[in-house]
Amino acid sequence: MSTPLIPLEFDVFARLLKLRSGIIITPDKTYLLESRLQPIARKWNLEDLRGIAKKLSGMPDQRLLDDIVDAMTTNETLFFRDQNPFDSLKNYVLPTLTDKGHRPRKIRIWSAACSSGQEAYSIAMLLLEEKEKYAGCTFEIVGTDISREILAKAQSGIFSQFEVQRGLPIQYLVKYFVKDGDRWALKDTVKSMVSFRFFNLLEDPRLLGTFDIVFCRNVLIYFDHNTKKGILERISRALSPDGVLCLGGSESVLGITDKFTSVTGQRSMYQQSAPK
Amino acid sequence: MMTFLIVDDSRVIRSVARKIFQDLGIETREAENGQLGLDSVKEAIPDGVLLDWNMPVMNGLEFLQSLRATDLERQPKVILCTTENDMDHIMAALSAGADEYIMKPFDADIIRTKLEQIGLL
Repeated sequence: MSTPLIPLEFDVFARLLKLRSGIIITPDKTYLLESRLQPIARKWNLEDLRGIAKKLSGMPDQRLLDDIVDAMTTNETLFFRDQNPFDSLKNYVLPTLTDKGHRPRKIRIWSAACSSGQEAYSIAMLLLEEKEKYAGCTFEIVGTDISREILAKAQSGIFSQFEVQRGLPIQYLVKYFVKDGDRWALKDTVKSMVSFRFFNLLEDPRLLGTFDIVFCRNVLIYFDHNTKKGILERISRALSPDGVLCLGGSESVLGITDKFTSVTGQRSMYQQSAPK
Repeated sequence: MMTFLIVDDSRVIRSVARKIFQDLGIETREAENGQLGLDSVKEAIPDGVLLDWNMPVMNGLEFLQSLRATDLERQPKVILCTTENDMDHIMAALSAGADEYIMKPFDADIIRTKLEQIGLL
């Protein structure tokens, strides 16, 4: 049985995560450290979390640091998670950005903290369903995450039976996937619309170019006030003037930054504030 | 209150599904094969049917074809819920009029998202 962490050891993990990912972990989340880092301890032949903490206090191996950040930042996702943002994308955002398709343009969409890619691929499938309305437009979807391991899974476009049943309408499974043994592989028509890149939200997203639509959902909840503010303001700089930001249902810009204002009638959607 | 009819010859599956539906505030009725399921629908039309494929007396696909051919005041939504997980079976179910398809094993999240997709939640 593993020995419980002492406060000093907990601080080692908390500081590391804040520094490398911006994520805040408080002592009441020690259970999360225990459950997610035990497999890392086993992988590195360490007895328990105290063993990891000890190793971190010397000159830690970069791969160990990556493993810890990966394990603590990888979160569950599903296809078409919370239908509402996808309805807004289809019925408001895309028609507005393209004047109902009459204005041909290139639309760049960013799925921030994309995990295993379900959000980015859901957007791609939605665009394929809508492609006749936007015949003159081209779309590029970029998914980013801080975990290289989860990005590799996203890139593969291969999902388990459980994963494809969570949120994905059966008609889309039939249309956009092929069965691959006991798993399901996305067809190239969908995969080719999405690229995945390693990116830390603490960095400047202009490295990725300018975007017209940013999905950054259920991500800010993991950060403290100042980190949220920094992320939102950096997103603002990478968002086109008429661009739209989509946050998670329980997230808001209110009291954090005045760079964005909510889009009337579109829950969780934000646009750039008018210059003062 | 919304009502779902669970048609499955496995008592265990019916019990698991019943619990999931009840937790979602949905009333359930049960039938252990397609024929008893059809009789139940004719007696009172449920909002939805969770339907197994392989059953004695009348299988799920036969049930679905008969149901869709029956003149009812309204047609219930049907979710096939089966161990058959290949594309041919899924296509056959959709062609016969299934609204959604669940590949066993399933859990409460899968049922909930499927109900959302067919507009029942």
